[in-house]
Amino acid sequence: MDTQNKHLGAILDRLFRRTTMFFAFLVFILLFGIILTLFIGSLPALKAFGPSFFTSPAWNPVDVQFGGLVPIYGTIITSFIAMLIGIPVSFGVAIFITELSPAWLKRPIGVAIELLAGIPSIIYGMWGLFVFAPFFADNCQPWINDHMGNLPLIGEIFQGPAMGIGMLTAGIILAIMVIPFTSSVMRDVFEIVPGMLKESAYGLGSTTWEVVWNVVLPYTKTGVVGGIMLGLGRALGETMAVTFVIGNAHELSSSLLMPGNTISSALANEFTEAVGDVYTSSLITLGLTLFVITFIVLALAKLLLIRLAKREGTQS
Amino acid sequence: MSHLNARYMRRKLVNKLTLSIATATVIFALFFLVWILWTLFAHGFSYINIGVFTKMTPPPGSSGGLLNAIVGSLYMVAAATAIGTPVGILAGTYLAEYGKTGWLAPTTRFINDILLSAPSIVIGLFVYEVAVHHVGHFSGWAGSLALSLIVIPVVVRTTENMLQLVPSSLREAAAALGAPYWKVVTNVVYRSARAGIMTGLLLAVARISGETAPLLFTALNNQFWSSDMSHPISSLAVVIFQFAMSPYEDWQHLAWAGALIITLFVLTLNILARTVLRPGQESS
Repeated sequence: MDTQNKHLGAILDRLFRRTTMFFAFLVFILLFGIILTLFIGSLPALKAFGPSFFTSPAWNPVDVQFGGLVPIYGTIITSFIAMLIGIPVSFGVAIFITELSPAWLKRPIGVAIELLAGIPSIIYGMWGLFVFAPFFADNCQPWINDHMGNLPLIGEIFQGPAMGIGMLTAGIILAIMVIPFTSSVMRDVFEIVPGMLKESAYGLGSTTWEVVWNVVLPYTKTGVVGGIMLGLGRALGETMAVTFVIGNAHELSSSLLMPGNTISSALANEFTEAVGDVYTSSLITLGLTLFVITFIVLALAKLLLIRLAKREGTQS
Repeated sequence: MSHLNARYMRRKLVNKLTLSIATATVIFALFFLVWILWTLFAHGFSYINIGVFTKMTPPPGSSGGLLNAIVGSLYMVAAATAIGTPVGILAGTYLAEYGKTGWLAPTTRFINDILLSAPSIVIGLFVYEVAVHHVGHFSGWAGSLALSLIVIPVVVRTTENMLQLVPSSLREAAAALGAPYWKVVTNVVYRSARAGIMTGLLLAVARISGETAPLLFTALNNQFWSSDMSHPISSLAVVIFQFAMSPYEDWQHLAWAGALIITLFVLTLNILARTVLRPGQESS
């Protein structure tokens, strides 16, 4: 009886281990499943257009001519704007929470910033389209046109009609959406800086800012870059908020105030209405491109964060 | 002396300036949170009435509600959670309990973290290719599958984190009583990590409740009452998208009402997960 029980226990042990391993393996192959499926789906378009798909600005369902340049450009530009605004703000938020905030305020501010991440992206889109875009068109874009539109070299990118929607608006909304992700990683890595290091700097007479800039930031720079990449990964793939405000125009425009398109918004707007294999397949190729770009960015983010965690492990 | 003094003043000034900017960035971020929430209440509150919860989505120009959309969302979220939870918990168990050796655990952990932030629209595209294209029609099951692929990484991550918090002395104590390892895990480890795993589940549910992108090409939409998961089914998020982008005022009003409902639901889950259930653990 007793040995039988032991035997049964061993069998169930192995079964349990195998089951959990199977599901872990499922997660593991999911990634390759996604890449493979999208690759197969994009073959018709790649066969029809070849590598020039990625450099062609054409997008003509009637003549069945497709190129990915406009949405790829739009994705990169809107994410770049988001990073330009999002990085300094996230940095400021992280400094405030770790170095400045009184203890009782840390939790509430942390939760409030995390609520920004909790708001569904479609809500950002509606707010962007109905509230922010008109406000932006009335109050900010005329100013941008007047004051920055005449600058040499870069003036052209700030010229355009004050429509409210467009690439700049999409970039600003993305920036707000990225802040919670980037700032929470920055906050976490700032908190691992050993107190002794900071106190030594304070003891030498450093100001708070000098401690942050010369001690905290160098100590955590891989983690900070990791957090930035994580935010970038989010910005690149964000769909609904951008779809509302980007204007969905397949035109390459030098001005940030003009409507454009991103990979995700092109997919959201056109995929269910796409007729014909090549049209659908072109959109899937865009999806695959997006996935590969975000994969690289997120993998880099992860590697940097792992490196920081490892160093942390060996030092303390 | 005055030279040193000037330098000291400058450092103090720089310090004051940068720290004020840091404070300003927090105000900047919170300002948008308040602005968005205020917009939702200002636009949505007056359109919420009993009809929203009892009537079907209307054709343009007539009055109606969001009942079929709300029910469709509940169905798909429930199905996605039911599919994603066991998969996520078991995979997370492997990473935490058996993941000390071998290549599978570290690689899966890495891939899981990438899937955690993967663009949800690409997940929708993947499920379209797998479960819509070959089957020939959109369906509620395809929508649930897409949502479950978003649930899984969240649950894997929290399960692993929470199981690792369980002290090994508990495992050893149970093993010393002669319990086989599977019993140790299911009866001791799971039990002491229950609150943490529940937190992860709540956050996962909150995340998929507002997801729109993966449903666009999987569940599609349905204007009429439907509880048949093997056909296109309506969801609150997709209806909000369609109605908000439409030129009809009735539809836009319903979109605002829906937006307020969905946000209150999601934020309540978020706050619940972070305050009531949180067992003093940081990363989510």
